[in-house]
Amino acid sequence: MLGLNKRDTKFLIIVILLTAFTPFLLQPFPEGSAMAQFNGGYPDLMQRVAIFGIFAIGFNILFGLTGYLSFGHAAFLGVGSYSAVWMMKLLSMNIIPGIILAMIMSGLFALLIGWISLRRSGIYFSILTLAFAQMSYNLAYSVLTPLTNGETGLQIRPNDPRILDGENASPYTNLFGLDMSASYKWEVFGHQFTFNTGFYVCAVIAVIAFYISLRIFRSPFGMMLRAVKSNQQRMSYTGLNPRPYTLAAFVISGMYAGLAGGLLAAMDPLAGAERMQWTVGGEVVIMTILGGAGTLLGPVLGAGAIKYLENIFSKINDNVLHNWFSFLPDTPFWTGFPFYSDASIEDAVVWFFSRFTGEGWALTLGLMFMLVVTFLPGGLVEGGRRIMGLFKRKPKGDGDDPEHHPQSTPHVAE
Amino acid sequence: MDQILLQILNGLDKGSAYALIALGLTLIFGTLGVVNFAHGALFMIGAFCAVTLQKLLSYSTVTIDPTKTDFLGNPAKIKTPYVEAWFGPEMGAAIIDWSVPLAILFSIPIMILIGFIMERGLIKHFYNRPHADQILVTFGLAIVLQEIIKQKFGANPIPTPAPDAFRGSFDFGVLLGFDPNAIIYPYWRIIYFVFSLVVISSVFAFLRFTTFGMVVRAGMADRETVGLLGINIDKRFTIMFGIAAAVAGVAGVMYAPINSPNYHMGMDFLVLSFVVVVVGGMGSLPGAVLAGFLLGILESFASMNEIKQFLPGIDQIIIYLTAIVILLVRPRGLMGKRGVMEE
Repeated sequence: MLGLNKRDTKFLIIVILLTAFTPFLLQPFPEGSAMAQFNGGYPDLMQRVAIFGIFAIGFNILFGLTGYLSFGHAAFLGVGSYSAVWMMKLLSMNIIPGIILAMIMSGLFALLIGWISLRRSGIYFSILTLAFAQMSYNLAYSVLTPLTNGETGLQIRPNDPRILDGENASPYTNLFGLDMSASYKWEVFGHQFTFNTGFYVCAVIAVIAFYISLRIFRSPFGMMLRAVKSNQQRMSYTGLNPRPYTLAAFVISGMYAGLAGGLLAAMDPLAGAERMQWTVGGEVVIMTILGGAGTLLGPVLGAGAIKYLENIFSKINDNVLHNWFSFLPDTPFWTGFPFYSDASIEDAVVWFFSRFTGEGWALTLGLMFMLVVTFLPGGLVEGGRRIMGLFKRKPKGDGDDPEHHPQSTPHVAE
Repeated sequence: MDQILLQILNGLDKGSAYALIALGLTLIFGTLGVVNFAHGALFMIGAFCAVTLQKLLSYSTVTIDPTKTDFLGNPAKIKTPYVEAWFGPEMGAAIIDWSVPLAILFSIPIMILIGFIMERGLIKHFYNRPHADQILVTFGLAIVLQEIIKQKFGANPIPTPAPDAFRGSFDFGVLLGFDPNAIIYPYWRIIYFVFSLVVISSVFAFLRFTTFGMVVRAGMADRETVGLLGINIDKRFTIMFGIAAAVAGVAGVMYAPINSPNYHMGMDFLVLSFVVVVVGGMGSLPGAVLAGFLLGILESFASMNEIKQFLPGIDQIIIYLTAIVILLVRPRGLMGKRGVMEE
């Protein structure tokens, strides 16, 4: 189906089903129960999972296939957001023109940056992309203020021209009248499920993005990109010029990033320069590697895991922790010392865990990332495969990529 | 003329910081072949060593003085730092005042220890893995260190003043025959520049004139042969990592009075110092130092009003722009050796 073999079709259908049922999957606990704080099925989070999933899928086409590690993809995300908001200001609150322009602009931008950066490889490439991203960020903050509105960020105003919109058009972002923030809540057996228009728009686009990346992975073009990763020199000796292929991969991944930026703006019509900061580019690197670089599903899993955990961890504050550990003894154990003399075991445990939750989420993320890079270079996908291998007598090779990836690579990227 | 001199002077202090960080980065890259994204975090930890020492020194006992009242009418609480109680009020006050220079002594053992732990505990396992993995794991480490500092010291910058004696400014204009007040330069920045020159030259002297340094240089040139000669080169490289960490640390300590330390200063400097290393030439120590000062001065020239009117925004991007041009025109950097990371 759709030019895919049987196995890939099955894979795609599973992905479509997973995406469609995300509102259920992220909302496993009944409302009002003690576990309700682990529910993540609200529109904002689901949209972000889908959008950053797209971002990571695109990044993976560059990093996973060619091994070129770019730290500058945040620039394309920012360009996408800015162009989408400009379309909403000038043309219409319909998200279609915004998203299209976001992809075109980021594609052009990626063509320019890629054309220059791809002259070098390895660490030089990383630093060049980093330099470009920082440059765009600094410019967006300072000189380009008429275009980007500087620190405040670009916003929608009631008196914007919006020439395509009629008199009584919706003032919110919409898709031909379908309001992005509209949600339908369904309550059943104490569970509450939210079905949000914006999420489903993102989800449909994410599935299409996933399908395209699946086709790229299986295409001769994808083979070329893998050849770039495994041995660029040998590739040039066979008479193939690697540059056009890597540049194409760079532009494609830039357009994915622009699409993600456009969708971010479509969900919440606001674009700020902080989206271009290189730490955002670092975040997508983390997502891709956490999930598994070079695998199809990995980046999506990584994006989902990070966005979900970020949300959950940020919500766990001291009160919640005190509730959890209330079974521990309350009596002070640290008497006779000048500091914290009334601390109980409960306090100590809560103090310890509060380092990693709430505000400390970034610490957990950093630790998690280091552990994954050190011990599990293939990311979550490889972890899953190893666990499956424990149960199967005859482990099959590469779960999702049998043709082109006969052995799993030992490193994150080579 | 005086404008040009002023800009050169202004560029020197930032340039010194760039040069010191880039020197450490290059040392680590040249010896261990590791691209250390956590080096900016070491600079930041150095700055927070200064903050910590200042806090430690000003730990106080609180006594209630019934003869005086504060503005609410309660008996006044008088804080006496322990140091003042121990060393007498004058000596104690002087120690607190000089906490930043003292923090250099305080930070060196700490930074060397952190360097050892980092190298032995983490980076050792990444020698045989690709550069991308090294970048990623040290990037993760940088996030972790930054977050630990953020939790301990909060997100706001913490002012860490220089000793009173260095608080004023020096009038270069009078010295050089220009109008008074034409070229004013804070004392502390002069100190910072001189200090960085001292540190840089001592690192070079250490590598050049000691047996240890000779072995390290030999190891940088050909690690295997040195190993075959029966020298434990790994141990020496670990020590070099510690030294590189200490260089970044003292650079941070001394930078604290110039810019109040905050938890993300490491990341801000890291990106720039990488650019500096690349411009100077990967693996070349003199190149890193030269490029550090050059880019610092270039940056301050670009922020002159005359140039900004002509090319708006140039001050924000000049360093990156230079790096891009250098990388494309002369990939091995200003003083890079042929064949080192030239790909």
